[in-house]
Amino acid sequence: MKSAVITFPGSNCDRDMDVALKKFGFKNKMVWHQDVELPKSDLVVLPGGFSYGDYLRCGSMASKSKIMQSVINFANSGGMVMGICNGFQILVETGLVPGVLLRNKYLEFICKNVFVKIRNKNSDYFKNINNEVLELHIAHNEGNYFCTNDQLKEIEDHNQIAINYCNIDGKIEEKFNPNGSLKNIAGIFNKEKNVLGMMPHPERMIDPSLSGNDGSLFFKNLINNLK
Amino acid sequence: MIVNEKVAIDHGLKKDEYKKICDLLKRTPNITELGIFSAMWNEHCSYKSSRIHLKKLPTKGKQVIQGPGENAGVIDIGDNDAIVFKIESHNHPSFIEPYQGAATGVGGIMRDVFTMGARPIANLNSIHFGSTQHKKTKNLLRGVVHGIGGYGNCMGVPTIAGQTSFDSSYNGNILVNAMTLGLVKKNKIFYSKAAGLNKPVIYVGSKTGRDGIHGASMASASFDDKIEEKKPTVQVGDPFTEKLLLEACLELMAGDSIIAIQDMGAAGLTSSSIEMASKGNLGIEINLNKVPCRESKMTPYEIMLSESQERMLIVLENGKEEQAKKIFDKWNLDFAVIGKTTKSKKIQLYFDNELVANIPVNTLVENSPMYDRKWKKAKLPKKIKIKKEDINNLKIIEVLKKILANPNICSKEWIWQQYDHTVMGDTIQKPGGDSGVVRVHGTNKAVAASVDSSAVYCWAHPLTGGKQIVCESFRNLISVGAKPIAITNCLNFGSPENEENMGEFVECVQGIGEASSYLKFPVVSGNVSFYNQTKDQGIKPTPSIGGVGLIKDYTKMITMDFKEVDNSVLVIGKTEGHIDQSLFARVIINEKNGPPPEINLFNEKNNGETLLKLIENNLIKSAHDISLGGIITAVSKMCIKGNKGINLKKPKYLINEIEYFFSEDQGRYIIEINNSDLKKVVDLLNKNAVHYDELGTINENMLFLNEKTKVTIDELKEFNTKWLKEYMSN
Repeated sequence: MKSAVITFPGSNCDRDMDVALKKFGFKNKMVWHQDVELPKSDLVVLPGGFSYGDYLRCGSMASKSKIMQSVINFANSGGMVMGICNGFQILVETGLVPGVLLRNKYLEFICKNVFVKIRNKNSDYFKNINNEVLELHIAHNEGNYFCTNDQLKEIEDHNQIAINYCNIDGKIEEKFNPNGSLKNIAGIFNKEKNVLGMMPHPERMIDPSLSGNDGSLFFKNLINNLK
Repeated sequence: MIVNEKVAIDHGLKKDEYKKICDLLKRTPNITELGIFSAMWNEHCSYKSSRIHLKKLPTKGKQVIQGPGENAGVIDIGDNDAIVFKIESHNHPSFIEPYQGAATGVGGIMRDVFTMGARPIANLNSIHFGSTQHKKTKNLLRGVVHGIGGYGNCMGVPTIAGQTSFDSSYNGNILVNAMTLGLVKKNKIFYSKAAGLNKPVIYVGSKTGRDGIHGASMASASFDDKIEEKKPTVQVGDPFTEKLLLEACLELMAGDSIIAIQDMGAAGLTSSSIEMASKGNLGIEINLNKVPCRESKMTPYEIMLSESQERMLIVLENGKEEQAKKIFDKWNLDFAVIGKTTKSKKIQLYFDNELVANIPVNTLVENSPMYDRKWKKAKLPKKIKIKKEDINNLKIIEVLKKILANPNICSKEWIWQQYDHTVMGDTIQKPGGDSGVVRVHGTNKAVAASVDSSAVYCWAHPLTGGKQIVCESFRNLISVGAKPIAITNCLNFGSPENEENMGEFVECVQGIGEASSYLKFPVVSGNVSFYNQTKDQGIKPTPSIGGVGLIKDYTKMITMDFKEVDNSVLVIGKTEGHIDQSLFARVIINEKNGPPPEINLFNEKNNGETLLKLIENNLIKSAHDISLGGIITAVSKMCIKGNKGINLKKPKYLINEIEYFFSEDQGRYIIEINNSDLKKVVDLLNKNAVHYDELGTINENMLFLNEKTKVTIDELKEFNTKWLKEYMSN
């Protein structure tokens, strides 16, 4: 399986994502934001970080990068595109997934483990995964998901919610919501489910020595689904 | 502007220093030259009051590749890998403007590390605030934490450990010390020594603006009522530009075009150019019209003294300019050839085709003032006789709850949750443990780091305090299973012109030296921050020690959380019941006098090394050193972290329970052992003549001494975690 990780100026989880993808069997290529063409890929990843220093709005300048037109075309033709953290912020700026990401409710950067409930197993991202709940890691200042009522209705009608913040037993309640996200939304798909944006970082949870190992489940399942 | 004695004094120079400048130049300096002298000769850059004492510190060791004198220290961790590290203060700016002050402190120390070719892999910090009742404390704490996070998070470097304290002596002078570790290949370390004639001198990074002019001079003076006016001397940071600068520099360093490289930190272009020339015994000629400026009509004086951030100066091999420029263009950074190396041994600056400064380099460096300041030796305070009736009525659990909720003991989760501590995917011990630990990417090795200070002990007796912090750093590394290698120090003190403050400095440094020499734990880098005082009121002497150690096989790393019910718990090291200067004495019985606990270096070394042997033999399940709050505080933290309890045994000693549980005798650790290993452990301890006591057995969820003295771990946890969150949300 081939993957590509885009590096924007200010990306800082690009290497971590490269390490994770390779660990689980992807042949990964790093792609510079000023390149025009994507290498042939089964998966394109927009990594976390502070692209363009979060100036203007998180993700907004990166969404206008040269390479992004190819990423948008790839997504629109059904290609798998995953945005993690800042990558999710970039995805909402392109309009590939609906909504926006506001500053965290308590106006503070949050770095900690969270539990998320998988809401939709029909996509190639979560199909066949055994767990209902994953323990992942968040590290962000602007992960407070928001959209209009109309958008929310459409999102729910099309089963576009990918994961919700929850507790270890999968209970989705406000007290398990780390950043104020609408409906505890931690990740969201486009209508076709080939584009996924999510705040948690599976690439930081790929070894029992780290904060956790549930990211391994995610990547193992992902590559098997793509084979 | 005409230069005279008054102008010189306004620049922070003393009368005799100004006279010395005129004598050295054999003429009156012009204003640009005076600015350069004032920047190079202030305390912050010249170390004029501290140099003669710092020389006495042990700086060499088998694993030391580079000691003090470069941008950072470097140690060998085997397999051609080396760790570059240093700690630095940003105290004065952080008090004036907490966000930017702290942020640029973090930015500055990371630049020191990547200037040497190392990719930063971990940040730490030691931050100290005034009384929690003081009106400024909350905002300063919030601003500093946001600033540290704002910069480090954006750079994508994990913040893995730190220390926070509150004490009214910092009411008017907070301390912000930032430390960075970087990883480099031993054969790819870059230094700041220029070499060769007519080599191009390159400016890269951000443009030069008017921010931070005289920042280093500000950091070399005491605060007064007009402190708000000093805001413009605080630099403004842009971590995004620094991230680009980091990547661009490392890309350039992968080749072989760099002769020397130096970041523009304190005193900006002035100190960076002069240091490179001085180390290379060369001259440097700079055309200031070529310096990329952010604002129009900047004068030579402003360009030379600006402390704009995210800038580097490089001496390149001839003919490599185009190749280098391509890299900086790719990262959208300024790149300008601004001068060349010369044989003149002078710093010569041109502006609008005029020579605007012409100073022999040695007058700025070797001939800079050096003072042997007067200092007062501190007496060891007399031991306090605590009245039995003061402590006989105290209930252990009530005291413990108060101590666990004390601002200097309580959980600092509110702080470190705002720092990205997991980016780079190698953090295997996060903040909240004895040391932070990161793996050496792609290997089985890991590096542990900790930062410590004990201002109260140093204040009570500087010599003992100085030794104590080095020992505490040693213990914190050993507690996670790391072999201690070397330290960096950040020496925060009051005015060197005050004999008592100077005495505190001299004796703390002596103590640090004695301990690091005995423990073979040399000092490889550091920084001195004097004048931490408002008017006549100095801070408590606060040397911070950043220790670094190596874990050869990271799967053997130890954490402090209790692991398994029924396991045995031992205390290594002897408990004598030293209560003076303990947190218990100060907080519970309001006794602030007396000597700090004694340091026995033989025991420190022997206990620590024996524990390392036990860890290497896989005999230890968890470990934690005993420091503030004594045995019961340490064991409570192990319970809280592991969600387990302990059945405590009554002490066999004659000293009473309060002294046994809350005393702060040094050289002690708590260890958890599986019962099947108990005999092996005891044999090894006996063989090495290490004193130990049985402390208890792990249970499900209760700290239990007897039916009257017990508490659930959940309750202790609540006391430990809620204080800071509530304080910051009110």
